[in-house]
Parts: sequence; structure tokens; C-alpha cells
Amino acid sequence: MWKRDEAVRPASGPTNVPPPPAPVAAGSPGLRPEASHSMEKDIVNIGKSVVIKGELNGSEDLTIEGHVEGTIQLREHVLTIGPNGRIKAQVFAKAVIVLGEVTGNVTASDKVDIRDNGSVDGDIVAPRVAIAEGAHFRGSVAMQRKAVPAAQAVKPANAAAAQPQPPLPQPAQAPTPMAARN
Amino acid sequence: MGLLDIIAARRSDLEPPPAPGPVVDESIFATKALAKFLTLLTSRRAPVLLDLGPVVGSNVTYFGEQLGCKIFVEDIYADLDRHVRERKVESLPAFLAKRFVQADASVDGILCWDLIDYLDRNSAQALANQLMRMLRPDGALLGFFGTAQPRDMNYTKYVIVGDVALRHRQYSAARGRQAILLNRDIIRLFSGLRVSDSFLLKNNTREILFRKPA
Repeated sequence: MWKRDEAVRPASGPTNVPPPPAPVAAGSPGLRPEASHSMEKDIVNIGKSVVIKGELNGSEDLTIEGHVEGTIQLREHVLTIGPNGRIKAQVFAKAVIVLGEVTGNVTASDKVDIRDNGSVDGDIVAPRVAIAEGAHFRGSVAMQRKAVPAAQAVKPANAAAAQPQPPLPQPAQAPTPMAARN
Repeated sequence: MGLLDIIAARRSDLEPPPAPGPVVDESIFATKALAKFLTLLTSRRAPVLLDLGPVVGSNVTYFGEQLGCKIFVEDIYADLDRHVRERKVESLPAFLAKRFVQADASVDGILCWDLIDYLDRNSAQALANQLMRMLRPDGALLGFFGTAQPRDMNYTKYVIVGDVALRHRQYSAARGRQAILLNRDIIRLFSGLRVSDSFLLKNNTREILFRKPA
């Protein structure tokens, strides 16, 4: 019995198992070999020196510090444009965080967040948009209206108004018809 | 003082005004016209809003989430500042006449803030013509106009803290207000619109809500 097993083995001694194929970013065929990416925690990182022109698709979170021109699609994941990132592309993602520069339209199914010193020139479509003080934005923002009763829709900033504020100066007088003043 | 110091001083005389600096002041003031402006917007389905001021994140969130607006942010103050720094103010009217890509009668509301006060007459008229062109019939335009000549060289970011209050966040400008317009001048400027409401506030600001005749 033991000898039979021995006979099955190749005569060359210990087996040299071929190395597994190099890891490939699943679902991200747009990434070129020169793109430096780390697979830790499913976050791909495109480094400063990388330039990509074309279509970039992925199924994991992505951080871009380099230059990308074309289209970026991360439909179910987070795209972060790092401080060194320069994007000239149409962007589709679940969430987009901008610390660098984006020129092009940005569509997110969850949120677009333009941080301090981040810049977006283009139209944004997302349910939530946050633009920090110091951020640059030029374009349009289209957001979905929250399910708010119509009666409350005119008084949306109650939360802000509820916070302690300095007393407000009152208008000096009632509405002044222009004709009466001239 | 050496020769280099003299040359350096002359060079500095030719340098353009400095770029806008950080926020220099902040305070909260009442507003009467904003609530009326908002009421007009909420009565429309998916209104389109044009904001001529610098982008304010909380305002974008306010209009977008609560009112369902599509907002165009076109920072004309930045354009003005750039023209002043590059000493091309004389070309500002022509620039403003071609600045906006929005179609005729495509905007429901315009936040003009106090931009007109900072423009010379020709630039103000060029801007007003464009705003009247873009505004839809029955659309609204909200403008603020000073009644006193302040000596500081600041723009103001208007941050909405409620439909009856605005936080005035001042930041440095390349040049100050150009003129104090009389009511009749303002009406002539926006001759295609009618004044819906006008309020004079204690802080020497006139808030005027214009409507485009249907």
C-alpha cells in the first residue's frame, strides 16, 4: 500500500509548486500594469506619477493621486481624489471624495464630498453634497429632495436656527414700496 | 536707501492688488426677502437656481436637499476680482455678456446678493441684461443694495442660517463698492422686471425681490 503511493509520485523528488499568478485587481481591467496599487483592504491606490487615459472601471475603493483622463466608473465603491490627483473625466461612483482637482461631471449614488482645497469644475448629481469652506466649485448641483412634508419645506434650517445664535438685528421698518421712496 | 530698494519699491507700485485673503469678519443679520424668495421657489417643481456668489457648502445643501433645486454656482465676484487684479476691468462688460451658458428663460431664481454694488455702470447693465434673459417668466431675483458707502474693501459671503437670517462672512476684495444706487437707478437697471418686495434693513441694506412678468 505504501509502495503503491510512492509509485504514484513523480520520481523527481519534492514537488516544485508553480507560483500563483500575480494578483490582479478584480473587476478593474482598466488599471494598467504601471499603476501602483496596493490590495490591502480592497483599496487601490494610483500613485502620483501615474497617468491613465481611457476608461477606468473597478469594484473596489480607489484612491487616485495621479492623472486620469477619460471615464471613471466605481458604481458601488468610494473614489477618493487625493491632494495630488488631477482628473479630467466623467466620474460615476457610490461616493466621491475630492481633495485634488476634478474637471468633468461627477455622479454619485450616495455622496459627493469636496474637501478644503478640493476643486470641481463640472456638474454634480448626488443625493448628498458637502462642500467645505475653501473648496472651489464651478458648475451645477442637482440633489434629490428629501421626503419632507410640503408645509415644512419652506423652513428647512430649523436645526441651525435652534443652535444658540447672537440676537438678530431687526429690520428698521416694514416693507417699503419702491414707488413711495422715490 | 540703496538703488535696489528704490527699484523694488517701484516694482511693488506696479503689482496688482493682492488676491483675496481669509475671512475677516462674520456676523448674523436678519433678512426679510429671503423667505419670500424661498416661497416662490418651493411653489415650483424642481426649480433651477442661479447663485452669483462664491460657493457656500451649507447653502448648496440647504437649497439642494430641502428645496430640491438644481443649483448653478457662478462666482461673479471671483471674475470681477480677477479682472481687477489683471487690470482688465474695461473688458468686464463684454465678458459678462458672454459669461453665462444658460438658455433664455431657463432659471427660476437668481441670487444676485450685493454684486451690483461692486460693478461699474456698464458692467452692471451687461450683467442685468443677462440675468433678465435667463430668468423664466414669473421667476424671482433677489438683490441686496447698500445705502451707505463703506470704506472697507470686502466682499460678503451670505450663509443661510434660516429663512429669516443670514450670516455675513466678509473676505477681502480687490476693490470696494463702486456706487450707491438710487432706487430709480436699480429699477432702470432691471427694467424688464418688476419690484415685488423691497425692505430697508437697519444695517443699511436694501433687499429687493424682483419678479419677471409672466
